Amino acid sequence: MGENGHGHPHEEPKQERSPWAARIRAVEELLAEKGLLTHGEVEAQVRYMEARSYENGARLVARAWTDPGFKALLLEDTKAACSELGIDASGSVEFVTVENTPEVHNLIVCTLCSCYPRAILGRPPDWYKSPAYRSRAVAEPRAVMREFGLEIPADLPVAVHDSSADVRYLVLPMRPRGTQGMSEEELAELVTRDCLIGTAVPREPARV
Amino acid sequence: MIRPAPAARFRPGDAVRVPDLRKRGHVRTPDYVKGKRGRVTGVLGEFPDPESLAYGGAGLPEKPLYRVSFRQADLWDGYEGAPGDTLHVDIYEHWLEPAE
Repeated sequence: MGENGHGHPHEEPKQERSPWAARIRAVEELLAEKGLLTHGEVEAQVRYMEARSYENGARLVARAWTDPGFKALLLEDTKAACSELGIDASGSVEFVTVENTPEVHNLIVCTLCSCYPRAILGRPPDWYKSPAYRSRAVAEPRAVMREFGLEIPADLPVAVHDSSADVRYLVLPMRPRGTQGMSEEELAELVTRDCLIGTAVPREPARV
Repeated sequence: MIRPAPAARFRPGDAVRVPDLRKRGHVRTPDYVKGKRGRVTGVLGEFPDPESLAYGGAGLPEKPLYRVSFRQADLWDGYEGAPGDTLHVDIYEHWLEPAE
């Protein structure tokens, strides 16, 4: 345990840096040494990524649930919808939002690597990048979702989206029952990260 | 459509087959759709060719990219799920040929 200058000790890493981390550090040093990029640029990119989270997606969903015009925009032009909420998704990557309905449940995976709408939602969860999720989500999506605690009724078709090219996908889940009269902020709190991937659906609020 | 694709060869509704081009390296077409039949559901636009980009090329000429849907039962032997279950993959034009 070491002091870190803000009043409480943080646990020191128990292990040496992994070989992968050491390799990345070496590559970064080389790139900096050759003048191809600076450590400042690397830091800026890390900050950019860390500043994004699934909460952006939750805001998009909550607005779409309360504003039909916004929902239409989100489904038609996800970048424009992001821009309307002040979310900067203006980079070169394209986004498509797929809508859960009483006729279809959507699930997102990238079998080839870990393509994910990072510019909107930040980094994907570790399991999203695991070979197990990537291989099983396409071949047995219902079993995978069951392991996440999500049982999709047999009469509800499942659409799996393998986002392995130039477009990143996110799910617009259905608004749960029992949410009439809730504010946009309260609705956003029902939307978890996994709801935007399709391994979960927003829960009905607990009745008090 | 997200970007224009004036030269797109296929249209939504077209039946297509994914040939096995036996290309190695950085192709974006997943193995499990090779040799399978599907249907174009959307034209996404023209995008740089990833098979050139991955090796330091400029990705030109750009390739039209399509949403292609498959019936899960057509992809996996003994698929356990509903008959209406589908799988959607984005596929570049040179990985598609007309089917029917």
